[in-house]
Amino acid sequence: MKKADRLIFIALICFIAIFPWVVQNISAISHYVELMVFAGIFGLVCLGLSLLMGYAGQISLAQAAFFGIGAYSSGILTAHFGWNPWLAMPVGALLAAAVAWMVGIPALRLKGHYLAMATLGFGVIVHIVFNEEVDWTGGPSGMVDIPGLSIAGWKISSELQWYYLVWGAVLLVLLFSFHILHSRVGRALRAIHEEEVAAEAMGVPTSRYKVQIFIFGAVTAAVAGSFYTHYVTFLSPSSFNLMWSIRFVLMVMVGGMQSLWGALLGAVLLTFVGNEWLQVFADFEVVVYGGILLIVALFLPQGLISLFRREPAAPPNPISHASDEG
Amino acid sequence: MIRSDKNSAAPILELRDVRMNFGGVAALKGILHDVPEGIIQAVIGPNGAGKTTLFHCVSGLLRPTSGSILFQGKEISGFVPHRVAQLGISRTFQHVALFKSMSVLENVMLGRHPRTRSGFWATGFRLPGMRREERRIKESAGSCLDFVGLDDVSHLQAGTLPLGKQKMLEIARALATEPQLLLLDEPAGGLNMRETEVLGELIQRICKDGTTVVLVEHDMNLVMDISDQILVLHYGEYLAAGSPREIKDNPAVIEAYLGES
Repeated sequence: MKKADRLIFIALICFIAIFPWVVQNISAISHYVELMVFAGIFGLVCLGLSLLMGYAGQISLAQAAFFGIGAYSSGILTAHFGWNPWLAMPVGALLAAAVAWMVGIPALRLKGHYLAMATLGFGVIVHIVFNEEVDWTGGPSGMVDIPGLSIAGWKISSELQWYYLVWGAVLLVLLFSFHILHSRVGRALRAIHEEEVAAEAMGVPTSRYKVQIFIFGAVTAAVAGSFYTHYVTFLSPSSFNLMWSIRFVLMVMVGGMQSLWGALLGAVLLTFVGNEWLQVFADFEVVVYGGILLIVALFLPQGLISLFRREPAAPPNPISHASDEG
Repeated sequence: MIRSDKNSAAPILELRDVRMNFGGVAALKGILHDVPEGIIQAVIGPNGAGKTTLFHCVSGLLRPTSGSILFQGKEISGFVPHRVAQLGISRTFQHVALFKSMSVLENVMLGRHPRTRSGFWATGFRLPGMRREERRIKESAGSCLDFVGLDDVSHLQAGTLPLGKQKMLEIARALATEPQLLLLDEPAGGLNMRETEVLGELIQRICKDGTTVVLVEHDMNLVMDISDQILVLHYGEYLAAGSPREIKDNPAVIEAYLGES
């Protein structure tokens, strides 16, 4: 971790610790703690997706499906089979990893945006399964009777406890991701993003890394899904459709693709925008999202986080890559 | 076809009738050549002779249409590039292909990739073994930068360096992979006379340290100065091979370069 990142990390810990105490004393915004629980859950999804988009240069349109795989694994194993939620969570994560591996291996061997296409189709299929497997998932009418979480016999009941649990998980995943980025693996990922051919020629197995990072993104999404299940204790397929996958991509893009901070910023911002500040637009919400994306893509291609950043981007290479003479 | 191995040393690279077709165009029409270990081998020829295509075939970026390529006696044609790099062949690119927004040091550290091993979990949890390895990576990357004379700019962004230094950085990055065979694709392209001189001296030092160097180059002064062997290609075909003196006096080569006179 760089010095600046370490400082922001400490500042973030302080902010997370203090935030509820400030907000809960102001009645008009006291429900912000609840929103922050959702923002943290979505933030987990976005951290994994940010590594994939910003560092491996691939787009996944199936993060909501992986989120759903985690959620329904937890839901089904605990509600139908009476499993301990903490045991169901890694099973969901493993399932998501296995599925990501199967989708990723063929799609990531090819250059270009095949992963986006493969995940688009895959996400739709998963959503259909959630809808149609009524015996297991409850179908469109949803799934109820899902237990909450408890740690060593203590039930996590209040919003505040959930808030600290989820954001604790976010901090851990954030730290893990930073370690990845500033290491042999992270250098390889950044190299793939900048000059894939050169990375490959320097001994980096590019498709293996892309698959690894795709699996990592699927696992963080599945873990977030498990938290979501036990927090909401109700599941309905509509929370895991294509619109949600696009929303996750949007969160990462709005915040800033090549920054983990950006992914978190985007997740928090769009959670508040979607659930709080834009309720007046009701059905036109999608239009507003489109507008946000357009503005960000045109004026802030590096995302909102670039407003806080000083360092200039690298100048373009003086040599063109147009011809490759033999 | 004439075999051109005149040195007694065992060949490190053997090209056996390497052919490469792009659709109907034959870029390489059956190249047969051995590169002895420990020498500086130049590959020259007019534009379109197939020199870069040959490099791409050896480094795995292209799969030859037919024929075979042996490295240290083992077949490598059709291997993926990262596997070729793992075996000990590294290269630079005709058009500089650095990781521009990464630092100079990080570029060279990336070159240590095939010689190191810490994976996803070890780095994510910062296990002690990974931290030790990270320190070693930094040290050896540093000494590669020393070797090419870029130690004073190691913390700059690679994309901000002038072209001459970017070319040196590419060589440092390639050296970091500890190659037995180093392919340099027009290393002097875009360099001034002074820089070319430094480059020539650097290539000789690399060879002295035990790395076989194959370079594609248009700068004839450099080629004649430092090469032990020269291979001449012409429209994808073998034209001549031999020492600089032999090549200089070869009538076929003179004709290919000067046209029918």
